[in-house]
This record gives sequence, C-alpha cells and structure tokens, in this order.
Amino acid sequence: MSQHESGPGATEAGIVAGGQADGTGSPASPGGSQPLQSHGWNSVPLSLLNAVLEGSSTVVTILAIVLAVVIGGLLIAFTSPPVLHAWSNLFSAPGAAFSQAWDVAASAYSAMFEGAIINPHTISAAFHGGSTAAIFNPLSETTVNATPLILAGLAVALAFRAGMFNIGATGQFIGGAFFAGWIGFAVHLPLVIHVVVAVIAGFVGGAIVGAFVGDLKARTGAHEVIVTIMLNYVMEYLLLFLLGLAAFRAAGSPNPISPPVQNNAMLPLLAGHNLRINAGFLVALAAAAAAAWLLGRTTLGFELRTVGANQNAARAAGMSPEKTWVRVMLICGGLAGLAGASVVLGSDFALTPQIYGTYGIDAITVALLGRAKPGGVVLAALLYGSLNAGSVTMQAQTQIPVDIATVIQALIVLFVAAPPFVREVFRLRRRRAGSEEQLLAKGWSS
Amino acid sequence: MTAVTLVGQQRFAFDRQRVIATIFVMLGLVDIFVFGLYSNGDSVFTFTLTGAAVSVPNLVMAAAPVCYGLGALSVVFGLVYAGAKLNKLSQRLVAGTVTLAFVLAFLVWSDAGRFPLPFVSLMQSTMLASIPLVLGALSGCLCERSGVINIAIEGQLLLGAFAGAVIASAFGSLWFGLLTGSVAGGLLAILLGVFAIRYMVDQIILGVVLNVFASGLTGYLYDQALVPYQNRLNSPATFSPVKIPLLGDIPIIGPIFFDSTIFLYITYAAVALVHIGLFKTRYGLRVRAVGEHPTAADTVGIKVLMTRYRNVIIGGLIAGIGGASLSIGSVGSFGKDMSSGQGYIALAAMIFGRWTPLGATGAALLFGFSVACANVLGTIGCPIPSDFLLMLPYVATIIAVAGFVGKSQAPKADGQPYVKS
Repeated sequence: MSQHESGPGATEAGIVAGGQADGTGSPASPGGSQPLQSHGWNSVPLSLLNAVLEGSSTVVTILAIVLAVVIGGLLIAFTSPPVLHAWSNLFSAPGAAFSQAWDVAASAYSAMFEGAIINPHTISAAFHGGSTAAIFNPLSETTVNATPLILAGLAVALAFRAGMFNIGATGQFIGGAFFAGWIGFAVHLPLVIHVVVAVIAGFVGGAIVGAFVGDLKARTGAHEVIVTIMLNYVMEYLLLFLLGLAAFRAAGSPNPISPPVQNNAMLPLLAGHNLRINAGFLVALAAAAAAAWLLGRTTLGFELRTVGANQNAARAAGMSPEKTWVRVMLICGGLAGLAGASVVLGSDFALTPQIYGTYGIDAITVALLGRAKPGGVVLAALLYGSLNAGSVTMQAQTQIPVDIATVIQALIVLFVAAPPFVREVFRLRRRRAGSEEQLLAKGWSS
Repeated sequence: MTAVTLVGQQRFAFDRQRVIATIFVMLGLVDIFVFGLYSNGDSVFTFTLTGAAVSVPNLVMAAAPVCYGLGALSVVFGLVYAGAKLNKLSQRLVAGTVTLAFVLAFLVWSDAGRFPLPFVSLMQSTMLASIPLVLGALSGCLCERSGVINIAIEGQLLLGAFAGAVIASAFGSLWFGLLTGSVAGGLLAILLGVFAIRYMVDQIILGVVLNVFASGLTGYLYDQALVPYQNRLNSPATFSPVKIPLLGDIPIIGPIFFDSTIFLYITYAAVALVHIGLFKTRYGLRVRAVGEHPTAADTVGIKVLMTRYRNVIIGGLIAGIGGASLSIGSVGSFGKDMSSGQGYIALAAMIFGRWTPLGATGAALLFGFSVACANVLGTIGCPIPSDFLLMLPYVATIIAVAGFVGKSQAPKADGQPYVKS
C-alpha cells in the first residue's frame, strides 16, 4: 500500500504520467494553471512568460543546464593552478584573481564549443585553401559520441515508460558489442550483408541479456534494479574472460583485444574519409523514430504505458504485466545492444575489455534529461555527445581534464530530477499541487 | 495491501524448504563429483606466516577423500533439511555448515597437487578486502532501515578514498586523513539526504547520479591537482598493523583477526554498534519504525525526516571510513575510480544479508573471500579463471533476489519520500 500514498501529486508512473500531463516541450500550455488570461496572439508571449515564471519542465531543464554549467565553470576556475596563484595575491591585485578565473573558465568553455559545434579558425582556414571537412569535424565528432548514447538512452527510456529502471544498459551493451564484434571479425560475408548481419547480431546479443532480466522479474519478482546492476558486473567480467580466450583474441597480442573488425562489417562513413560520422547515427535516429512509433501507435506501446502507469489497472484490463516486462526488456536490451554494435562497428573496430566505457550509466542520465521520450532522448544525447566531444578538445587546448564533462552531466540530471530545487535557486513561483512533473520515488517495490 | 517485498508476488509457488534442501544436496554432489573426482594428490595448507613466533605445522590432506567426506556431510544435511522440521537456529547452522563445507572442498580441490595454499594470508586478504564492503553495507543498512535507498555507497567510498589520501598526504597526518575521508562520505550523504528527503528525487536515480558525480569530481581533481602535485597531494603513508596484545599471539586466529590496521578494529566496532543501535536500543526501534511505517511513527511523535537525515549522514560517515581504508589503509595513494564497483558489492551484501547488519557483514565477508581467492588462487595455479571468482558476488546476489535462497524483504517504506499530511 505504501506506494499509493506518496503524497499530493503522486503518480504511479512518476516520470511518465508527469511528463505527459505537463505537456512537456510546449511552453504554451503549462499544465492546467493559467493565472494570466488572454486571447489571440497575445496569449503566446503571455503563456511563455507564465511558463518561465512558473518553471515549466522545459524551462526547468534549461535552467538546470545553466546551473550545472555555471557550477562546472566555478569548479574549473577555482582549481586551475594559475587562478589559485592569482588568489594568493588577492590583496595586492584584487582584479587579477577574478579576471584570471573568468579567463580560465571562458577559455575552457569556448574550447569545448569549438570541439563540439564549430571552430571559427577552420572556417577562415577553408577560405585560404584549407579543408572544408575540418569545418564539420566537431559536429561529426558530436554525432559519433551521441550515437551510442541515443541508442542506450532509448533502452533506459522505454523501460522507464513501462515503470522499470533499466540500470543494466552496460551489461546489454556488452552483450551487443560482443555479438556484433564477433560476427564482425570472425565471419566472412559480402559487402552490405556483413554489416547488416553484424548490427542485427548486436541487437540479439543485447536482447538476450535484457530478456533475461525481464523474464526473471516476471517469473520470480526479482527487482530489475538489483538484477541489472549485478548483471553489469557479471557481463564485464565475462567479457574480460572471453577476451582472454585464444578464440577471441587478436593473434600475437599480449593484451586482451579482439582481432579488428573486417572492412565489410564496418558501418559505412557518411561524409568521406576525413569525418568519422557513420551510418550508426542513422540507425540511432531510425531507432528513435521506431521507439516513438512503438510507444504511440502500437498495441504493445499502449500496454507498455499502461503497465508503467498502473500495473494493477493493466492487469484488471486483461493485460499481462509479466509478458509486457519480458517484451519491453527484450527490446530495451536490443537497443542497448545496438549501442554496443555502433561502437564496435563504427568507432572502435575491435573489442576491448573497457569497450563499454560509461555509456550504460550515461544512458540513464540521457533518458532522464530527455524525460523518457524518444525525441527528448535524441536531443539529450546530442547535448551529452557534444559535451563529450568538446571536452576532448578542451583538454587538448587548455589541459583541463575531460572529467569535467562528467561532473556537468551529473549535475544537469541531479537538477533536472529536482525541479523544486531549481525553482528555489531561481526564485520561481511554486507550482500548483498536482501539476508537478517531478520524478516521484517508487522504491524497491515494483 | 501489496506487501512491498523484493520478491513481489510469486507466480510460481516454490516450496522453499525443498528448494533450499535441493541446493544443499546439489552442493554436496558438486563436492563429491567435481571437486572429489578431479582432485589428484595432496592439498597442503600452510598456517605460518614468515617471521611468526609460533610455528604451526602444515596441514596435509589427501584431497579426494576430504572432498568426498565434505560432500557426504552436505548431502546428509540437505536430506535432513528436507525431511525434518528444524527450528531457525538449526536451519542457519545447517546452511552455514554446508556453505563452509563447499568453500573448504573448493579450496582443497583448487590446491590439490599444486603449491601449498597460504591459508592465513588468504584469510588476511579476505579481511582486508571485506573492510570497505562491510562498512559500505552498514551504511546501506542504516539508510535503508530508515527508508532511504542508498545506491550512492560507491560514491561515498570513492570520495572517502580521495579525501583520505589527499588530506593525509597534505597534512602528513593519517588520523586527520581518516577523519576527512569519513566527513567526505558524510558530505555526499548530505547531498543524498537533501535531494531524497527534501526534494523527493527518486532515490535510485539519485544514487546512480551521485556515483557519476563522485566519479567525475574525483577524476577531474585527480588529473587537475593530484597528477601534477603527486608528491605533495597523493603520497600518504599507510596505517601500519597494530597487533593486539595476547589475542594477536594466538596461532592462526591471531594474525587473521587481531593483527591488522586500525580499519579492521573500526569495522568490528561499527558492526557491533550498528547492530546494537538498530536492534537493541530505543533509537533503533524508532529508526525501524520510520523505515517500515513513517505515518505511524509520526503519529507517535517520532521526527521522521530528522531520523532519516541523521541515519543517512551517519551511514555516509561510516562508508567514508571504508573509502579511506582503500587509499590510506593499504594502497597508499588514490587512483582514478579506485572503488571499482565495491560500493555495488556492498549494496549486494546488504541485500544478501537481508537488510541486517550481521547478515550484511556475513555476506560481505563471503564476497571479500571470493575477491581474495581471485587474487591468491592465481598464484598457486588454480584452474578457475579469476574472472569467475570476481563474478561470484554478483551472481550470488541475482540468485538471492530471485528468491531461490529465501525471501529478501526490504523495509516497507524504503525509497518512499515522506510527506506529512
């Protein structure tokens, strides 16, 4: 009973019902409360104003990003050696410390921008006979970084919509990467067929891991959060073990690395050999479109959302939550597996013990930031991809460690998950009870 | 009334007693037909560390017969478990004996015909590996008994390790480092508490995010400050072992339990305090009331939110000490992401130990043992890949939450924010 009494504004579905009731993404319709009445054209700016004052979820998201970037900037400014030195001379040259701090943070962020979006120098270089590809390199890097995040983010988001936490994108990613990589280096197939088979294998590899979780939950009630967390580590060690076997190790390599993926199995490049952007990005966008279609237009999607919103109601309506869990986790696992395939066939080209990186965990934050909607996941993944791509350039140019991107990403999600906190910081109006889009806790019960 | 259990509604009704008995019998059969049949020659356990005052003779066993014996014992116990109505204490004794027999048979088998097994140092590294796990699991118990899910144990360990190493190195005081490590864990716990209790953020999400945050922050500061100033900021000393008089001189037991760094003794104290605190005091009764039914607790005048804040922060302080043990307890420097999933093993131990301090400690010791085996058995040429031994805690936990080993039951209000109505 305890989960049904989570206080005012409680919704079973948490993120799901909240996001929908609230009309996320359209500031012109803040959920239900409209103190300033107006008509016609006037209503657009007024309701925009309302949205800002009240902090609609879009506004909260933007403010959360701003807040995180500011805190990240402060962290950069107050930990870099020249600034610390300037602070020690605070009383002799008070202006220097502040201007130094500003300079360091500003140069860090501008380097990040140049690495993620566009670098003005490459444009002027192009006019003087430089390569035009260089102009698009930052954007290409952003998409390459975003591709696995979109796919893995969808894996977490779909599970959210069904009322499940998929913390196990890492394990499913490994399953997919392993299958795709294995098909990629061990099998010989003709040109187009090879890459298609390898990508499908990636889906299957992840789906097996995901379906196991769903099946275990359906059969025994084992909580998916615990199972997926534990399965992540099981898969990490399994990968390490498999790469230690002669069958999966590059000939003569002292390190546990698989042979390189064959050319036929690589995801084709989309814009010439100088840019890394590849067909994986299209696969990711197609997967997002498919997920949106699945959620909005299919019976399974309807069942999924119903089970997520209220398990008991779904059961009363003749649906089987157990079956839905298995199917959803199968699809989610497959999507995370595709993320693994996109990395091994699109950017890494070989299996390594650390191939899973932090994609699985980042996927959770991407799904939350995207409010568990396919479109939102794509945007959030692009933001995170740009932060990741930009931070590499930032480290190269300013020696500020890339991990600052992780800090900023974690802070964004922390704030997005706590709208009341953001409202307090920015002194926004309190929302009316019941219109809160906050993620409400569910606990170990499911 | 849907009971909030980890093992939701059971669609397949297991006869638990029979399932567990079957597992016991199967373990016994593994003892006999895997470990026994595939053991050649003798196993040698050495009990004397180099330089010890009292020399204990080595234990030489013919491997196969020992495995047969242990296996037969487990099979008999399994049959007894299935047939007889045992009370709780004897059930636990049977389970403990079968587990122990399995572990012993495994050790005997893995050592048969190979280099002697340094039993005492295996146990010493078990204790060493268990310290952060036990302290982390205690942090989890304290939080979750009061109704706040703590997945941020990993982050608390990491921050504790970082702060402990940096402060101990910068100020040249290990004790100051230990204290700061603890406080760092407490600070992350304050974040956890504020966002979980005040802003009602979903606690599972929150835990994951805080772990990412801690990993990013320490990774950033490591590259930014610790790498360039390695000597000044990341070269702490380590606590040296303190032998307890008399107890430390007992052969075998002494070196394992009473000749270690201060962290082991802190761990003993913490286990005892948390157990007594939670189950033998008025305060503990209140905490558990808040974790099970906050509305009822509030009605009788217990301050629900205050209790939760207090427990979350105490938990963080304890986990921070566990983190400090990673850097200034044994290694002597901080490394990026040096907690490497131990916070999640601690979480697993807490669940495996059914949200009780003693159970969690037992599970953490078992998990610590598998980690120690992974390190030690490689050196004597054991055929099992260390990856599988390292996988063991996680697999065991999956089996546990699937309900095959008995019901794991979380506190009823665990993870539910409390809104006074």
